[in-house]
Amino acid sequence: MQVQGTVFKYGDNVDTDVIIPARYLNTSDPAELAKHCMEDLDKDFVKNVQPGDIIVAGRNFGCGSSREHAPLAIKTAGVSVVIAATFARIFYRNAINIGLPILECPEAVADIQAGDKISVDFTSGVITNLTSGESYQAEPFPEFMQELIAAGGLLNYLKNR
Amino acid sequence: MAMTMTQKILAAHAGLPEVKAGQLIMADIDLVLGNDITAPVAVNEFRKAGFSQVFDKRKIAIVPDHFTPNKDIKAAEQCRLIREFACGMEIENYFEVGEMGIEHALIPEQGLAVPGDVIIGADSHTCTYGALGAFSTGIGSTDMAAAMATGKAWFKVPAAIKFILAGKPGAWVSGKDIILHIIGMIGVDGALYKSMEFVGDGLAHLSMDSRFTMANMAIEAGAKNGIFLVDEQTLAYVEEHSTKPYKVYAPDPDAEYEAEYTIDLSKVRPTVAFPHLPENTRTIDEVGDVKIDQVVIGSCTNGRIEDIRVAAGILKGRKVAKGVRVIVFPATQRIYLQALREGLIEQLIEAGAVVSTPTCGPCLGGHMGVLAKGERAVTTTNRNFVGRMGHPESEVYLASPAVAAASALTGRISNPEEIVG
Repeated sequence: MQVQGTVFKYGDNVDTDVIIPARYLNTSDPAELAKHCMEDLDKDFVKNVQPGDIIVAGRNFGCGSSREHAPLAIKTAGVSVVIAATFARIFYRNAINIGLPILECPEAVADIQAGDKISVDFTSGVITNLTSGESYQAEPFPEFMQELIAAGGLLNYLKNR
Repeated sequence: MAMTMTQKILAAHAGLPEVKAGQLIMADIDLVLGNDITAPVAVNEFRKAGFSQVFDKRKIAIVPDHFTPNKDIKAAEQCRLIREFACGMEIENYFEVGEMGIEHALIPEQGLAVPGDVIIGADSHTCTYGALGAFSTGIGSTDMAAAMATGKAWFKVPAAIKFILAGKPGAWVSGKDIILHIIGMIGVDGALYKSMEFVGDGLAHLSMDSRFTMANMAIEAGAKNGIFLVDEQTLAYVEEHSTKPYKVYAPDPDAEYEAEYTIDLSKVRPTVAFPHLPENTRTIDEVGDVKIDQVVIGSCTNGRIEDIRVAAGILKGRKVAKGVRVIVFPATQRIYLQALREGLIEQLIEAGAVVSTPTCGPCLGGHMGVLAKGERAVTTTNRNFVGRMGHPESEVYLASPAVAAASALTGRISNPEEIVG
C-alpha cells in the first residue's frame, strides 16, 4: 500500500497536549477531536491539511499522556502517515492499535522540508521525496505489528483469533 | 540468563522461564485501570468488538477522576457511560465521587497494587505503582478494552537503566526534586522504551510517598516503567493497605543494564522544571526572579499526605502573597480526611489557600484552576507542556510541595530554606 501527500513538519517532543488539548477531551467523538488537532502547536493545521497529507517530526513524537484521542485526531484529520525520528512509546502503541500508520526514520526527518510532496510505501518501508528526488529506507514494522495492522487493529486481531 | 526486576516480573506473567530485552510477549494482567477520559473510548471499543463479559470483575478498576465532579454536560455524559458499564459488568473496583480519589494515589491506598503485579492503565501515570515493586505501565483505550476482555496484553520486553541512589537528601529535598534532577540529566526521552530501576542505600531515606512521586514521573523521561527495589518500607506499606498476595522480585546481580547512573542524594538541590518540558530543570539557586500568579499543590504526583503536611508546615501561621491564587487538592478522600484530622486543612485555609475535592482538573487544564493568557503557575504536578494548564501562552513551572508553598508566600519562585530556614 502506498500513500502520497504534502508534508507538515514539526520539531522534537511534540506532546499529546498540543496534538489534542485536554480541554477538548470531554468528548471522544473522532470528528470533534479532529477539529482541534495540533491546535496549540499550529493553529492553521486543520485549515490547511488535505486527506492523505503527512506529518514529519523529530524525536519523541506523541510524548505525554496516554490519550488515544491523539492518534485518533490525527487519523481523522486525514493524515495518512506520521514519520518521526522516534515516537513516545504509548503513542506508538496507540497508533498501531487504532490503525494510524507510523514510521521511524531519522534520515528522512533530517532532510524532508515542510511543503515537500512525499510518498510512502508501507510494504517496503521506502519513503520517497517527490520534491527533491531523494528516497529513504524506514525501519519496517516487526511481523507481530504487521499482523495487528493487517487485521485492522488490536480488537479485530483478537476477534479473529 | 540474568534478568532485571522488570524482566523477571514479565517472564513470570508470560509463563516463560526467562525473557530478554526486545522480545515480544503476551502477559497475564493483574489489574486493568481506566478513567473518565480513557475508559469511555475503551468501553465503546469493547462493545464494538462484540465482547459481552469482562475477564475478571475483581481485576478491573474504573476511576472517574479527571473531569469530576462533572465539569460540564459532555463530561457528565462520559461519566454516565462508564458508570453504567461498571454497574452492568459488576466491576468491583469502580470508585464514585465521594469514595474516589486521583487514580494513582487511590489504587495503592486501596491495596490494589502490590509487589510483583503486572498492571496496565489507560493513563500514562500508571507507572506510579513501580514504587511498590510492581511492573505498571500506561497504555491506551484500545489496549484497555482488549485487556478487559482477555486479561492479557502484549509487551515488548524493555531494556533497563539502573539508577543507584546513594546517601541522604537534604532537609527540603524530596522525591520530586530527585526525579526532576534525573529527568533534567537524561532528558524527556532519556529512558525511551526502557525501564528505570531504582536501587541503592539512598532508598532507606525515601518515604513511600517520595517513591510514588518518582515512579509517577518515569513517563516524563519516556520510560516504559519505573520500578523500586522492595524493602522493609514497601512491605510495611503493603501490610497496612492490602490483603492481596504478592511476590517480591529482585534483579539478578549480573543483569544487564544499558546505562548506570549514581545519584548522590546529598548533592541534589530543590529543583524546578521551567516551561515547556520537564527536562528544562534548574536548581532553586539558579531560578532567578520568576513572578507567579497561581500555585497548585496536589495531583497524582504530589497530592499525598506527606505532600500536604510539607505544604501546610510552610504555610502555617503565614499568609499567601497578595494576588497569588493557591489551590491545594489532596489526592484522595482518605488523604483529605487525614489532613483535616491533623489540622492541616485549617492551616492551609487560614494562610489563604483554597482546598479542593480530589480531581485531576487543574493539572491538565480541565477545570478548578485553568490559567489565562500570560499567567504563570508553580505546581507540584508532572507536565509543563504548552497549554497544559490552560491558555497556550500560559506557563507552568514544576516543583516540589515545599518550593510551591514557599513560592505561595512570596509570589515568586522561592527557596523553602530561605522562608523557613
